[in-house]
Order: sequence, then structure tokens, then C-alpha cells
Amino acid sequence: MSAHPRPRPKYYDLNLAHLPPAGLLSIFHRVSGALLFFPILPLLLYALQVTLGSEQGFARWRDFLSQPVVKVMLLGAIWFYSHHFFAGIRYLLLDVHVGISKESSRTSALAVFAAGLVATLLIGWRLW
Amino acid sequence: MAAVVRRYTKNPVGAHYGLGDWLLQRLTAVVMLLYTLLLLACLLMEPPSTYAAWKALFSGAMFRLGTMLFVVALLYHAWVGMRDILMDYLRAASLRLVLEAAVGLALLFYLVWAASILWGPR
Repeated sequence: MSAHPRPRPKYYDLNLAHLPPAGLLSIFHRVSGALLFFPILPLLLYALQVTLGSEQGFARWRDFLSQPVVKVMLLGAIWFYSHHFFAGIRYLLLDVHVGISKESSRTSALAVFAAGLVATLLIGWRLW
Repeated sequence: MAAVVRRYTKNPVGAHYGLGDWLLQRLTAVVMLLYTLLLLACLLMEPPSTYAAWKALFSGAMFRLGTMLFVVALLYHAWVGMRDILMDYLRAASLRLVLEAAVGLALLFYLVWAASILWGPR
């Protein structure tokens, strides 16, 4: 093994507001992905199990989901899914070298944030 | 007969499943993308507002198979993603391995759970 290189000065700018849009999109992609794995996915499976299990279970979850607080939380989960969805499409396009210039990657990152929020609002409008 | 001398060109580091995982994460993403659009179309065309309609939606063989395909894609996708996150942020191998095992077990549990919801006794 070679000798360790001389330690270099480190400066971490951990303020998310200082990140360029593409960086913010990336960290949101990670956070939303992790939250979709847990707790959103097991909650969704549990809801599916109960609502398909019996008529009472279906009615119980319909009442539960009609509460405004629960609806807002559901919209949060939908936003995580939408953001992950659109950010993922952007990454697939970047993989095939579509939109890799600095300007277009910035524009597409902002577009992904907008698309995720618009999709969430549309679904929320349908739910209410 | 001249002997063919082969140079050893393989990179001597890594377990060599990185590219496969990377590609499968993309493929599973496309599977989930298509299922999401199909499900949205189904839900928008006929919103299942009653228990009977909700149950009918999940009684079709093709819909069940499609949903299971989505779940399998999701679990593999989540495995690659969660492992990437753990590898990036946890330097202590012991903690990382414990959490990776926990993620793997959770995903296996989700798999069996999803299958039992879709095909189990109602």
C-alpha cells in the first residue's frame, strides 16, 4: 500500500439551500426512495391487505382516509412517489445522454420539481 | 504451434455485480413506470368507490400478475437503492452489514406478504 496522501483542507457546505437544483433533486431522490421503502411501502401493503380483506376493513380505511390530516399525509407520500418517479425518468434520460449540458440539466431538475408538485396537486384535487 | 499469451485484463477489485445491478435498477424502473401509468389509467377510468369494485379490480388474473411483477421490480430496485445509500453513508462494516441484512429480510417479508395479499384466502 502506498503512503497516505497529505490531508487536504475540507470544507463541507451542508446547507441544502446552497445546492444547485440538480443536487437538491438528487438528495430528494434518495430521501424519497428511502422513505418509500420504509414506512410507505409496508403501510401501503397493510392498507391493501385490510381493504381487500373485508367490507368492514374497506369502510374503516375509507373513513380513515377521509380525515384531513390523513389526507395531507397521503399527499406527502404521493409527492415522494411523484418526485421519485419524475427524477427517475430524468436519470434514465441522462443515462442515454439526453440533456447532459449544465444548462439543460438545471432546467430539467427544476422541471422535475414542478412536475412532481403538479402531479401531487392533480391527484390531491381528484382525492378531495 | 505458437502459444497464445493472454494478458490478465480483469480489474482486480470489486465483486463485479455493480454494472448488472445498475442496469437492473434501470430495467425495474421502466417496469414500475409502465405499471404506474396503467394503474393510474385504471383508477381514473373507473374509480373503485365500493368494496365490490375494489375487489373486482384485484380479481383479474392479469392485474394480479402485473401487480406482482411491479412488486418484484420494486423490491429489487429498493434493494439496489438502499444498499447504495448504506454503502455511501455507513463506513463501519459491521453496522452496514447488519442494516443490509435487515433491509434484505424486510424485502423478503414484503415479497411474501404481497403474494399472500394477492393470492391468499380472502
